[in-house]
Amino acid sequence: MADLVLGNSKLLLMFPRFGMDLGFGDHSIAEVCAMNNVSAPFFLMICNVYCNDDYTPSPDDIASVDPKALINYLLESHKYYLNERLPHIEEHLNHIIKACIPKYGNMLHRFFEEYKNEVVDHFVYEEKNVFPYLQQLVNQNVKTDYKIRVFHENHTNIEDKLSDLMNILVKYLPANVFPKERIEIALDINELSADLMSHALIEERILIPFVESLEA
Amino acid sequence: MKSDNKIIIVEPSPIVSAGIASFFNDIKQVSIVSQLDRIDRMEEKLAAYNPDVLIINPLLIAYDTNEQFLKLCRDFSNVIPVALVTSYVDAGILKQFKDVIEINDSKQKVVTKIFNLLSDNKLTQEKPESIELSNRETDVLVALVKGMTNKEISDKLFISIHTVITHRKNIIRKTGIKSVSGLTVYALLNNLVDETEIYK
Repeated sequence: MADLVLGNSKLLLMFPRFGMDLGFGDHSIAEVCAMNNVSAPFFLMICNVYCNDDYTPSPDDIASVDPKALINYLLESHKYYLNERLPHIEEHLNHIIKACIPKYGNMLHRFFEEYKNEVVDHFVYEEKNVFPYLQQLVNQNVKTDYKIRVFHENHTNIEDKLSDLMNILVKYLPANVFPKERIEIALDINELSADLMSHALIEERILIPFVESLEA
Repeated sequence: MKSDNKIIIVEPSPIVSAGIASFFNDIKQVSIVSQLDRIDRMEEKLAAYNPDVLIINPLLIAYDTNEQFLKLCRDFSNVIPVALVTSYVDAGILKQFKDVIEINDSKQKVVTKIFNLLSDNKLTQEKPESIELSNRETDVLVALVKGMTNKEISDKLFISIHTVITHRKNIIRKTGIKSVSGLTVYALLNNLVDETEIYK
């Protein structure tokens, strides 16, 4: 397990979501998964989506997914973004906002608030609609005529505003405002947007095909 | 010279228009992207194709549309305007153009003129592409951040919705900012709009 992480630092963010702590010693992936009650094939599937942009799990792999584990993983990711990543960026941004002239500060503040709301809406939608629907499918007790297609089509892109913020910080905000802090934020945003990208891929390559296979 | 230079021809006579276009048939570096017989839809085509050269018959630029034409030249300042002269045209009008193609010019002469203009242009425009917004793009941006819809913008600026969309695409490409709220921040930082105009 340790070799896997050392070779792919992108995966670091993933462990808390599986309830795993670092300090793997020489335990194998299978051992660590077993210790934490995580299905090793599912764990590897997520790792693969994280590390290979063009990895698509086979229909057999998809069929083997445990819906509970999948939902749990996605919920944990949402929590992590909302409770850790975004507040972290916000804290840095607030320092910049305070240092700016009020006109620019207000505007940055408003921009970030809008972004946060957008992210929250996005997650709430999934938690209120998609995940319960998946549960109903699994229990063969579907109460709505909702289809995952609808979700797929409305799956809004929450990375756009993040890249906009990056552009604003790097290109457009006057140069003399908190240079160090700005770089901190830029690094954070980079990390967050890479992780959100992987998150979207997991939904696209695992969640959606899985639900579709149940719908069929 | 880059290999995909685009030309738009605006000429009322289909014979002349087809004739000029045929000169470039076998020339790989240049393609004729659009042929118009009136100037009404010119802005739309300019925005859509972003051509290198605009070959236009000055007869189409009557006195009442001259302002409009000058404005287009300013908005699309990277397009080289070339006059296609089929009958007598006042020298004052021809001053607006970088070069003049005469109705009696040989194929050789026309192609050489265009090639010279293109390579001159390349020398002066070595930078990848202007990232500054044109006047028209700025108009669209300002309307956009004030919360206007594409339809409202099209009515206000007298351009088609299609043109509005093309301008929006160019704005996104040039600023690197995709969301309206991001563009709002951009517009405020560049003093294109006032805070009070947006947040009501």
